[in-house]
Amino acid sequence: MTPLQQISRPAQPFALRRVADRMLSRLKTTGIISVLVLVVFAFFAVANSRFTNSNNLINILNQSSYLMIVSLGQGLVLISGGFDLAVAALLGLTSVVSATLMIALAANGVDLPLAIAISVACGLSVGLILGMVNGVAVAYLNVPSFIVTLGIAGIAAGAGYQISGGAPVTGLPEDFIAVFGTPDLRSISTSVYIAVLFAVALHLTMTRTRAGRYIYAVGGNPVAARLSGINVRRHIVLVFITSGMLASLAGILLSARVSTGDTNLGGNFVLQSITAGVLGGISLRGGEGTLFGAALGALFIAVLSNGMNLENISSYYQMIILGGLLVLAVLAEQLRLLISGRR
Amino acid sequence: MMAGGFQRSAPVPDPCPGALLEACDIEKSFPGVRVLDGVSLDVRAGEVHVLFGENGAGKSTLVNIILGNYAPEGGTVRFDGKVLPAGSPRAARDAGISVVFQELSLIPTLSACANIFLGREKRQSALLDEGAMSREAAAIFARLGIAIDPQAPVAGLSRAEQQMVEIAKALQNDPRLLILDEPTTAFTDVETQRLFAIVAELKRLGVGIIYITHRMAEIQAIGDRISILRDGRRIATKLVSETDEDELIQLMTGRETLNVYPTIAFKPADEAIALEGASAASGRFQNVSISVRAGEIVGIAGLVGCGKSAVGRSLFGEERLAAGQVKLFGKSLRSPSPQSMLDAGVVYLPPDRRRQGLVLNRSVRENATLSCLNLRSFAFGQWLRKKSEDDAVQRVLNRLNLSPPLLDRNVSAYSGGNQQKVVFARAFLRETKVLIVDEPTVGVDVGARLEFYGILKQLCEAGAAILLISSDLPEILHLTHRTYVLAFGRQTAEFQQEEISEAAILSSFFAVGRKEGDIKTGAAA
Repeated sequence: MTPLQQISRPAQPFALRRVADRMLSRLKTTGIISVLVLVVFAFFAVANSRFTNSNNLINILNQSSYLMIVSLGQGLVLISGGFDLAVAALLGLTSVVSATLMIALAANGVDLPLAIAISVACGLSVGLILGMVNGVAVAYLNVPSFIVTLGIAGIAAGAGYQISGGAPVTGLPEDFIAVFGTPDLRSISTSVYIAVLFAVALHLTMTRTRAGRYIYAVGGNPVAARLSGINVRRHIVLVFITSGMLASLAGILLSARVSTGDTNLGGNFVLQSITAGVLGGISLRGGEGTLFGAALGALFIAVLSNGMNLENISSYYQMIILGGLLVLAVLAEQLRLLISGRR
Repeated sequence: MMAGGFQRSAPVPDPCPGALLEACDIEKSFPGVRVLDGVSLDVRAGEVHVLFGENGAGKSTLVNIILGNYAPEGGTVRFDGKVLPAGSPRAARDAGISVVFQELSLIPTLSACANIFLGREKRQSALLDEGAMSREAAAIFARLGIAIDPQAPVAGLSRAEQQMVEIAKALQNDPRLLILDEPTTAFTDVETQRLFAIVAELKRLGVGIIYITHRMAEIQAIGDRISILRDGRRIATKLVSETDEDELIQLMTGRETLNVYPTIAFKPADEAIALEGASAASGRFQNVSISVRAGEIVGIAGLVGCGKSAVGRSLFGEERLAAGQVKLFGKSLRSPSPQSMLDAGVVYLPPDRRRQGLVLNRSVRENATLSCLNLRSFAFGQWLRKKSEDDAVQRVLNRLNLSPPLLDRNVSAYSGGNQQKVVFARAFLRETKVLIVDEPTVGVDVGARLEFYGILKQLCEAGAAILLISSDLPEILHLTHRTYVLAFGRQTAEFQQEEISEAAILSSFFAVGRKEGDIKTGAAA
C-alpha cells in the first residue's frame, strides 16, 4: 500500500506514532524475533532449573529442527505470496509411505541400505509430486493457494490412512533410525544438522541469487515481475515443490526419531509453521521477510513449548497460546503497515 | 513554450490576515530528512493557488499537513482564522477541506455513487437512502458534464472516468478549500477543459483551491498565484500573470533551463519493431499497423482508452493478438513474451508504475535491476554480483537525481516522481535496442524530465528504436519524428515530423465516427 492511499485511516497522536513506529518497524527484520527467543529462553531458564539442563537444551534443538525444516518451506511460500496448508499432511503421508515401503522391502530380502535409499527417495517424491500439483494449480490454473493446498492436504491425509490402515507403522530398521534419527535420545539428531544446512543454504538463495530476488518480486507484485521478464509461474511452482519436499524430508527425519510411520506425525505443523514465518517477520501479503527469521520463529516456538511442557501446561492450552500468537503477530504487522505507511 | 525575460524577484507577498487558509512556519522531518523547513502558505477565498516544485520538494507533505494526515513539528494551520488541531483529518474535513489525489482512492467493486458517499452515506432512519444518493451523484456528474451511471461499479470505468468520480467525491460535501494534486494526469485536453470549467465555477462561489501540477499550460490557464517550493523551503510566491515558464523552472530547479525538449537527430535505419495488421484478443484495438525504425522516435497519441497502451503491451508480448503479428528486426515472432522481448533487447516501461512497474515493498536497488539480473554484469549464473549492481544503480540514480539517493529504502517510501525515476533506470541498465515507453513523464518534475528526454536522445542517436506512447501532446509534438494517432481502437492518422501539429493531432482524435461509442472513450463524449 502507498502513503497516499492510507491517508484516510484514523489519526494517532504524533509522539506515540513515532515511538510505536520505531519499535514496530523492527518487526520487519529479524531483530524482534531474536529478542523474543532470548526473552522466552531467559524466562524459562529462571523459572525452571531443569530447563537449562544440557539434555533439555539438546532436546529443544532436536524438537525445533523438524518445525524449522517445514517452516523454511512455508516461509518460502509465504514470501511468494501464497500459503501451504498441506505441509502437515505431506509430512504424514511421506512418513507412512517410506515406513511401509522400507519394512516391506526389508522383509522381502532387499539389501537394507538399498531398501532405505529406495524408501527415502519414494518418500521425498511424495513431496515433489504433490508440491508440484500445488504449484501448477496455483501458477497455471490461478486457483488460490489456500484452496489447492487445503484440498491436497485432505487427499494426502486420506491416502496416508488408507495405506497404513489408520494405525501407526512400526518395526522400522535400526540402521534407518541410527542414520536419520539419533543413536540415543541424549545426542544431537541428524535433523538438527540438516535443518541448519538448509536454513543457511536457503537464506543465501533468497538473498544472494537471482531466483531469490525473483521470488521476492513475484510475491510483492506479480505483474511487475512478469513485465520485468521473470517467469512468474515457474518460480511459483519451484516454491511449492521446495515446500513439499522439505515437508517430506521432515517426515522422514521425524519417522526415524519416533521409530514409527504415522499419518498424524505432522500434527499442528500448519499452524506452527505459518506462525513461525509471521513471527520471523514474513509478511502475509508476500514479498517481505527472511527465511532466517522463519527459522528463528520455529526455534522460538520450540523453546516456548518445551518450557510450557516443563511447567506442565496442558497441550490444549499450548494450542490456544500458539493460535493467539499467530493472531497477535499478524495484528502487529498490520499495525506496523498502518503506521509506517502514513509516514 | 513561453518566451521572455525574467521578472526580477518581486517581494514575496506575506500571508495576509483574513485569508481562507494560512499555514505558518510549518516544519516537518522524517527520519533523516528535513522535508519542510518553515514553510508558509496562504490561500484566499476564490483563488487558485498553484503549488509548484520538483518531486520531493515537500508539496505532498505540506498538503498532508493541511489535511491533518501528518502533524507538523512546528507551525500552525489556520482555517478561516481559527487554528486547526494538528494531525486531525476529521477536523480538516469538518472545516470543509477536500482533496483529490493523483493516486486513486476508490474501492473498485463499489458503485460510483457508493464511493462518492463512502463514510457519509445518506440514511432514512436505519436504511441507506439509495435513491437520494443516486440522484445527488447524478446531479454532481451533470455539473461535471460527464455521463457516468452512478450505479456502475468503479472497476468498469476508464482511468479518466475514475478520476472524475474522485473529483465528484471531493465536491460532494461542498468544500470551502479544494486541494487538487495533479488531477489531470489521466486526462486528455477535453477532460482537462471540463475540469477547468468546474474550477472556474468553484472560484466564483468563493472556494479556495490549491492546485499541484507540473504542467506549465495548466498553470497559465487557471492559476492566480503560484508558490514555488524547493528543498522544503518556499522560494517565492508570485502572481501567475507576472511570471513565465523560464522563470518558474529556474526558481524550481535553482538553475536556468531554457528548453526541456532536446532536438533529436533523425537518422533512420532499418525497421526494428513493427505491428502488422494486428487486432488485440481483448478487442482494445483493431487492424493496427505501425513500425519503428532504428534511430527513430515514433509517437502514439490518442485519448485515454483509445487502445494506445494495449498497442504498447502487444509489442512487448503482454497483450495477446487475435490477428496480425509482431515483427522484430524483420523476423515475425510466433509467441512473443516479456521474457523473450527483453532478451532480444526490447525494454518496456509501463504506464502504471505502482501496479505494473514496481514491487513497492522492495528496495530501490532491487526494483532498478529487476529486469536486468540475467546480464553478466549483475549475476554470475544464479549468483548475484552485489557490488557491481550497487555501483551501476548508484551511478544511474545519481544521474536521475533520485532524492534521497538511498538504495536500500523501499520504493514505497518515495514520491511518485521519484518512483518513476527508478523505473527509468531500467532503460539505462541494459543494452536497449528498442524502447517502448507509455506515459513516461506523468507526475515527474522538470529536472527528471530533462534527464529522461536526455536518455531518449542518447538512445535514439545511438541507433535505438523508440516508441513513445503519451497523452502529453507537447511531448509528442517536440520529441517524435513520426506520430500515429489512435481513436476508439483504430488507427486514424500518421504524421511526419514536419506535419505534426497540435490541431492536426486533436482533430484526428475524433476521426472515427462516434457511433463506435460502445468502446470505452473516457469522458470524451
